[in-house]
Amino acid sequence: MQVHGLEDSGATQHRILTAREAGYVGCRMCGRANPVGSTVCARCGTTLPTRGRAGLQPVWAWLIAGLIAYIPANIWPMLRTSVFGRTQESTIVGGVIELVEYGSYGVAFVVFVASVMIPISKFIAIAYLAITLEGRTRLSNHDRMKLYEVVEFIGRWSMIDVFVVAILTALVQLDFAVAINPGIAAASFALSVAFTMLAAQSFDPRLIWDAAQNTGQADKASEKNTSR
Amino acid sequence: MSVREPVDPKRTEDSDALTLDASASLIACPECDALHYDRDLPDDCTGRCQRCGTVLAAHHTGAMTRITMLALAALVLMVGAIFFPFLDLHSHGLEHKASILDAILAFSKGPMVLLSLAVAILIVALPVLRLAALVYVFAPMALGWHPAQHARTAFRIAEKVKPWSMAEIFIIGVAVALVKVAGIARVEIGPAFWALAALVLITVLKDTFMCRFTVWKTLAQRNTES
Repeated sequence: MQVHGLEDSGATQHRILTAREAGYVGCRMCGRANPVGSTVCARCGTTLPTRGRAGLQPVWAWLIAGLIAYIPANIWPMLRTSVFGRTQESTIVGGVIELVEYGSYGVAFVVFVASVMIPISKFIAIAYLAITLEGRTRLSNHDRMKLYEVVEFIGRWSMIDVFVVAILTALVQLDFAVAINPGIAAASFALSVAFTMLAAQSFDPRLIWDAAQNTGQADKASEKNTSR
Repeated sequence: MSVREPVDPKRTEDSDALTLDASASLIACPECDALHYDRDLPDDCTGRCQRCGTVLAAHHTGAMTRITMLALAALVLMVGAIFFPFLDLHSHGLEHKASILDAILAFSKGPMVLLSLAVAILIVALPVLRLAALVYVFAPMALGWHPAQHARTAFRIAEKVKPWSMAEIFIIGVAVALVKVAGIARVEIGPAFWALAALVLITVLKDTFMCRFTVWKTLAQRNTES
């Protein structure tokens, strides 16, 4: 059987055919290939979203919402600690600095990564993935997919600080001696994390591969993968 | 070992039409959309996408029974984790015990009700919902019966809820809180902390046994053979 114009070299090599090219809509929930035009997956009943430019709109919307909620989360206090009537307020970054002053460098690092580094790199990563769908990029499709997987996996861990506030508030209520109360930032930070999680979930990683195919890029990575 | 073959497009010279093996069922990679023939895998084998390496199928012997048992065990631990105290605080002759229930109710006064609700949903409601849905889906299948009436809906909910059930993150939160409080008071870890820790381990174990695509395929097969 002859194969025409499908690969750069070697007729024995597989070239990957996507469900979309073959006239199917792949279901991301159960994997079933549904005929094109289906709106609900025949196997699992999940609604099948349409793919394309419009698919990015919810991603941008959630991302911007997350960014907006992240600003008050850093300005307002996260915790209000009162020790014998003296009230002290601390922000997210302030809490990290306090931990460093106590000498708990390990925990300070965990909190810093979870509440500062992860949220900020998530904003950048999702925006980067959405922008680079058009045109050429330095990162290969595989690298961008890895990036997406990391973002999707790691995003929920930002909730640590919100839970810390919840636990401290519940635990440290010793009448007037010591009391810890939550600040406004705890709520807006929780919202910010939830919004960015939704942004990551509404991003369809298949768009990364679609874009490469539309611009006619040779899919070097797939050749590498299939020629093994 | 990869068993799943990618679909190899074959075009004839006169027509541009693709010829696919119509008798075989097809499966599309959820991450990159590559089309694969869905062949049955031998036991304890993993099928990966030929393009991006995403696991498309993993076959574990007795997975249904194991998932049911682990989900039931996790539900029991959940009850303990919610009601027993997880931290015990001593300071200036005063003692205060906190359970997850207290952590939830901590915000119930004033404007922070939303936060209290969020903690309740992420730590208790969604994990319990997910575990209950999994038992509902897998218990009849493990016993060799037909899938329950709403098994498809239940499994869909269980999978949708997965990223939002955050018990394991809560554990790390407890550890961080412990360090923060250590400066002002003496803290002891309560039984609920260990129940939660065991719960996290069981959840991880359960999720490694579970392959989403294989479950959907089995559900579809069992539903049709009536």
